[in-house]
Amino acid sequence: MTDLDALARRLRAELGPDQVITDRQELRTYECDGLAHYRVVPAIVALPHTAAQTAAVVKACVEARVPFVARGSGTGLSGGALPHADGVLIVTAQMRRILGVAPEDERAVVEPGVINLQVTRAATPHGYYYAPDPSSQQICSIGGNVAENSGGAHCLKYGFTTNHVTGLQFVAPDGNLVRIGGRAEDPPGYDLLGAFVGSEGTLGIATEVTVRLTRLPESVRTLLAAFPGVDQAGAATSAIIAAGVVPAAIEMMDALAIEAAEAAVACGYPAGAGAVLIVELDGPAAEVAAQFDQVTALCEQSGAFEIRIAADDAERALFWKGRKSAFAAVGRISPDYIVQDGVIPRTALPQVLRKIDDLAAENGVRVANVFHAGDGNLHPLVLFDDGVPGEAERAEATSGAIIDLCIEYGGSITGEHGVGADKAKYMPRMFGDDDLDTMQLLRCAFDPDGLANPGKIFPTPRLCGERPGRHRAADAFPDAEVF
Amino acid sequence: MGALDELTRPATDDDHVGGVPARLVASPASTAEAAALIADAGDVTVVVRGAGTKIHWGPPPDRLDLIIDTTRLNGVVEHAAGDLITVIRAGTPLADLSLGDQQLVLEGPTGATVGGTVATNTSGPLRLHYGTVRDLLIGITVVRPDGKVARSGGKVVKNVAGYDLGKLFTGSYGTLGLITECAFRLHPLAVSRLYVRTTAPASAVAAVLGAQVVPSALEIDSASGELAVLLEGTATGVRERASVVEKLIGGEISEEAPAWWGVAPWSADGIGMKLSVPKSRVPALTESGFPVRGSAGTGVLYAAPRDITEVERLRALCVTAGGHAVVLTAPPPIRDILDMWGPVPGLVLMRRIKEQFDPGRRFAPGRFVGGI
Ligand SMILES: Cc1cc2nc3c(=O)[nH]c(=O)nc-3n(C[C@H](O)[C@H](O)[C@H](O)COP(=O)(O)OP(=O)(O)OC[C@H]3O[C@@H](n4cnc5c(N)ncnc54)[C@H](O)[C@@H]3O)c2cc1C
Repeated sequence: MTDLDALARRLRAELGPDQVITDRQELRTYECDGLAHYRVVPAIVALPHTAAQTAAVVKACVEARVPFVARGSGTGLSGGALPHADGVLIVTAQMRRILGVAPEDERAVVEPGVINLQVTRAATPHGYYYAPDPSSQQICSIGGNVAENSGGAHCLKYGFTTNHVTGLQFVAPDGNLVRIGGRAEDPPGYDLLGAFVGSEGTLGIATEVTVRLTRLPESVRTLLAAFPGVDQAGAATSAIIAAGVVPAAIEMMDALAIEAAEAAVACGYPAGAGAVLIVELDGPAAEVAAQFDQVTALCEQSGAFEIRIAADDAERALFWKGRKSAFAAVGRISPDYIVQDGVIPRTALPQVLRKIDDLAAENGVRVANVFHAGDGNLHPLVLFDDGVPGEAERAEATSGAIIDLCIEYGGSITGEHGVGADKAKYMPRMFGDDDLDTMQLLRCAFDPDGLANPGKIFPTPRLCGERPGRHRAADAFPDAEVF
Repeated sequence: MGALDELTRPATDDDHVGGVPARLVASPASTAEAAALIADAGDVTVVVRGAGTKIHWGPPPDRLDLIIDTTRLNGVVEHAAGDLITVIRAGTPLADLSLGDQQLVLEGPTGATVGGTVATNTSGPLRLHYGTVRDLLIGITVVRPDGKVARSGGKVVKNVAGYDLGKLFTGSYGTLGLITECAFRLHPLAVSRLYVRTTAPASAVAAVLGAQVVPSALEIDSASGELAVLLEGTATGVRERASVVEKLIGGEISEEAPAWWGVAPWSADGIGMKLSVPKSRVPALTESGFPVRGSAGTGVLYAAPRDITEVERLRALCVTAGGHAVVLTAPPPIRDILDMWGPVPGLVLMRRIKEQFDPGRRFAPGRFVGGI
């Protein structure tokens, strides 16, 4: 009997037989997350029902010196939940109770497997909602959001997951349950909450999350502005920000992205638009009314040839439908595509978009642009046909070059999808050796044996306790099949 | 001659931390100079000092050789108005910032530096709407206790590349290294602001939070029985919202904040405490008989207990309410026998973090939670 067989037996004894999977066929369900071209079949999948069971699984892994990887809904786009071939995948999907909704404290307490949108659904009857709204909010888990520090269209005004988590219970990589923060703010000591949120499952597994609830706005108004091209739409974005307006969201789509969205969901955007902006304002009615007129005028001055104002919720939903379905929609106009996620300073938008165009032309691929214009978070979709020899490589090269552009302009290699397995190789382009080494001091404090989601974020693991000794993990995932 | 000899001067009588005298003082003028100094400082024990407005906060260090004074690490490196961000050197006084029609919403005692504000994580009334240091800091440059320079985050607001070390250094009281530069997100200055001032009971806080008026601050001062709400926005918007609040909780609309607004309730030689409770427990705290003042809208308030018994009673109130309470400052005889930090969940991990960053315990030893 191998060590892994022994571990599976132990887990079955502790969790119950239904909560441990070792059947090869069933394991395949978990071989990838939303980044489907990396695949690794895990040795064992465990489905704990409680924090105590999660801790028991981690303890067992620690004792067997077996790596473990957390997985929520598996919608991650950076391979963060990519399993380890000789490890345990700990799936939180069975921990999906909303433990409390406390409008009087403006908090909700939920288990990690709870779906993002369910928190808002539970809070809405009380006049509240959960502000971070990734486009995947109907399917992604709060635990995954915490791990990725997920954002969404409305994060321009309301901030990211990290600004909305005030308490956590998690299983540390040594198997101990730790509780930090809660309903009150500013817990004493180092900001472990701040360290944990965004750590992509490398500092432990969240088992209970206390989130802020935000009062529903009195008024929401949305406009859709059509421009001849991205330059004018970019100028409008800058003008709105320069005017001191903080919209809830400013989203942009270029001609190719609009074409895809029309093909997929017939959102009926103005014909002939080279770019559209969706601008949403929310807040007290009097403020929204005043600023909405200002925003409309700024769009016109920047060259918008048509502005539609959502008359009701149905029309607003239609504006958003095109935007929110954009990723999947490009499937209608291209057999294959890569979703990129990078950030640039908002003011560099026009230059960077031009350079992306040049890159696409040089490499003979098409790039559709959909992005959170307000905070400079680009999501270029690089379209290609895997059936054409060499196209996949050219698409990959284009996508990588876009990341270099983001760095060149003082931005970031990821705004919301995380580093995961996919972008660890880009980390040294954004950070120096000492920067990465320092980040890993934190990892060493939490996980000296490197068992929690190894190989993610950092291209070169640090040997904890030995300075400056390091070893190269040239190939972090030798077992990964790359499709 | 090494960087330590070149950059230091002998300490004077004023160069002490909580009564522990330093031998040497250095005022590096750049990150590189600070790094050379620290790399050369071997087993020298260090406390970082900004303008010294909070140097008496926290317990005194167990030992002290060198004070690193940040006041020459001064100035705005970059203010990208179109991107609503700025990069500032740690020793820059908050009051020296001039950002046009934009603002960096950090709040601290008069004279406080950017670095000191980050290191002690101070906040004020505006935290209700704008958050605190952790919500505004988007990038940080630090010198580690071994002299290595490290950065995390960057200059864009949206960024999830790597661990967020800025959060770790926020409120770390100089125990993990020297902060030399910080990048922050900015906010536009509001065109118009109005206060609604009333003597409503603390239970009115819930009514304001429940209304959809989006206050920028919601402060209470239990000694005077006053409650004050700050509204910011467009001129018409603010007027309308202020009258909604006035109808809700009474009082009067004013262009002036009350005198106690944002002022710490303790005297220079008194005990100062920071209390934090879930919002629904604010009324109970204000009715506890201890005068408290602060952000009723977030549940973070301040008190000036007179003695250790009162400290313990206030702390017990907060802890049973699901919060916590720390003593920020106390006069020496009390400080020496007091548990300033109170119970700290997660202490085991915090100790391990300290051990990784500063294995020799050379940066501000004994100043932080659990004797870190
Ligand atoms: C169509 C689509 C649209 C998307 N839009 C957005 C968007 O707008 N904004 C955005 O930010 N992201 C977006 N994403 C990415 C993804 O949905 C988010 O990263 C999400 O937070 C992942 O949640 P999950 O539950 O699927 O996590 P998973 O994919 O299962 O895991 C993600 C990471 O979290 C870790 N993890 C999971 N649960 C835990 C836990 N309990 N404790 C510790 N670590 C854990 C995993 O190990 C992994 O590293 C989108 C994805 C898709 C497919």
